[in-house]
Amino acid sequence: MELVISDLAVSRGGLVVLEGMSFTLSPGEALILRGSNGVGKTTLLRTVAGLQPPAAGHVSAPPESLAYASHADGLKSALTVTENLAFWAAVHGLGRDRLEQALEAMDLMRLRERRAAQLSAGQKRRLGLARMLVTGRPVWLLDEPTVSLDQQSVGLFARVVRGHLAAGGSALIATHIDLGLSEARVLELDPFRAEARPSVAAGFDDPFAEAIA
Amino acid sequence: MNALLIRDLKLAFRAGGGFGLGLAFFLLVAVLVPLGVGPEGGILARIAPGILWVGALLACLLSLDRIFALDFEDGSLDLLATAPLPLEGAVAMKAFAHWLVTGLALTILSPVLAVLLNLPAQGYPWLVLSLVVGTPALSVIGAFGAALTVGVRRGGLLLSLLVLPLYVPTLIFGAEVVRRGAEGAATGVPLALLAAITTGSAALLPFAAAAAIRVNLR
Repeated sequence: MELVISDLAVSRGGLVVLEGMSFTLSPGEALILRGSNGVGKTTLLRTVAGLQPPAAGHVSAPPESLAYASHADGLKSALTVTENLAFWAAVHGLGRDRLEQALEAMDLMRLRERRAAQLSAGQKRRLGLARMLVTGRPVWLLDEPTVSLDQQSVGLFARVVRGHLAAGGSALIATHIDLGLSEARVLELDPFRAEARPSVAAGFDDPFAEAIA
Repeated sequence: MNALLIRDLKLAFRAGGGFGLGLAFFLLVAVLVPLGVGPEGGILARIAPGILWVGALLACLLSLDRIFALDFEDGSLDLLATAPLPLEGAVAMKAFAHWLVTGLALTILSPVLAVLLNLPAQGYPWLVLSLVVGTPALSVIGAFGAALTVGVRRGGLLLSLLVLPLYVPTLIFGAEVVRRGAEGAATGVPLALLAAITTGSAALLPFAAAAAIRVNLR
């Protein structure tokens, strides 16, 4: 599934932060987004994921091909590791075997009956990333996936991403650290930084009217 | 969709899920009112329908902000919005789960509390029927209010202010069904109106709530 970004501008809080971005992400490719704090990495990923409309330009990829992982892991602390993951597998229509594979891949087998409330930050993160495996979707959008992971878990995660790429998937990753994905392309976002000005959409700033239209 | 329903029910029943809070509140209202009003049976019997309905409504209101706020805070709402499940369906399922743990539970508890309030015997079936028909509207309207205030920190009070006026018709017709039932009068008209409010809001509000969530997630 190809992800094509053409002349995209994204806005945060009514201000355009990045503009004029065009790139293509083909199956089997990983693209690493780099940029200073506040440049708009998260905003870009949320726009590509379809959670907010672009200020200009297009994201062309079917929404059902995209899987998004934000800073928050979307875990329920009262549910066990298996229950958390089984929920997302069921939502995406995947069965038990994919769940087992995901637990295995992120080294969560020993923790499977543990409540998410009792996990460490790094273990929660691993569970959050295991969720990507039970979405069954080809294009991964990962926002700072390695926060609070130790060196070993980063290696584990890099292996999972490589496996995903080898199976014809692709990944758009916003990160500061070196994941060890030598084959990945890197896109520096700072050159696309927009001058501070209101987005076009702010001209008729009535989100409810837009939602209805 | 079923997975979402099962998850929400599990979360409600586990520690910290808030199941029982609404019921305890309902129980307290029904216990405190006779203490405040005094033991005279005639007055209690007259105000029982109204007190029971107001109690049920406030108990329902207690857990409304949990419908979306918790999912918003831990990021699940972002993930649900990008999941294959239509957001409208997710809203409807979450409202249904809320009804099962509050509205339905309150309905089952209500005959016991009606004893405390000295409701005439012929009013019992009407009390249960009116709550079964009316409380789903409370959950759906509440889910819409919760969707509107989902990004607001400490939005509980704002949610109450938004939702309580919308609950007025349900309260009026619900209590009217019980009052007429207790007096042995015909209940057809208020019951039909109550059912109309429930079906109308269940049909339309999930769409409005989903649109509100999409805007709030930006």
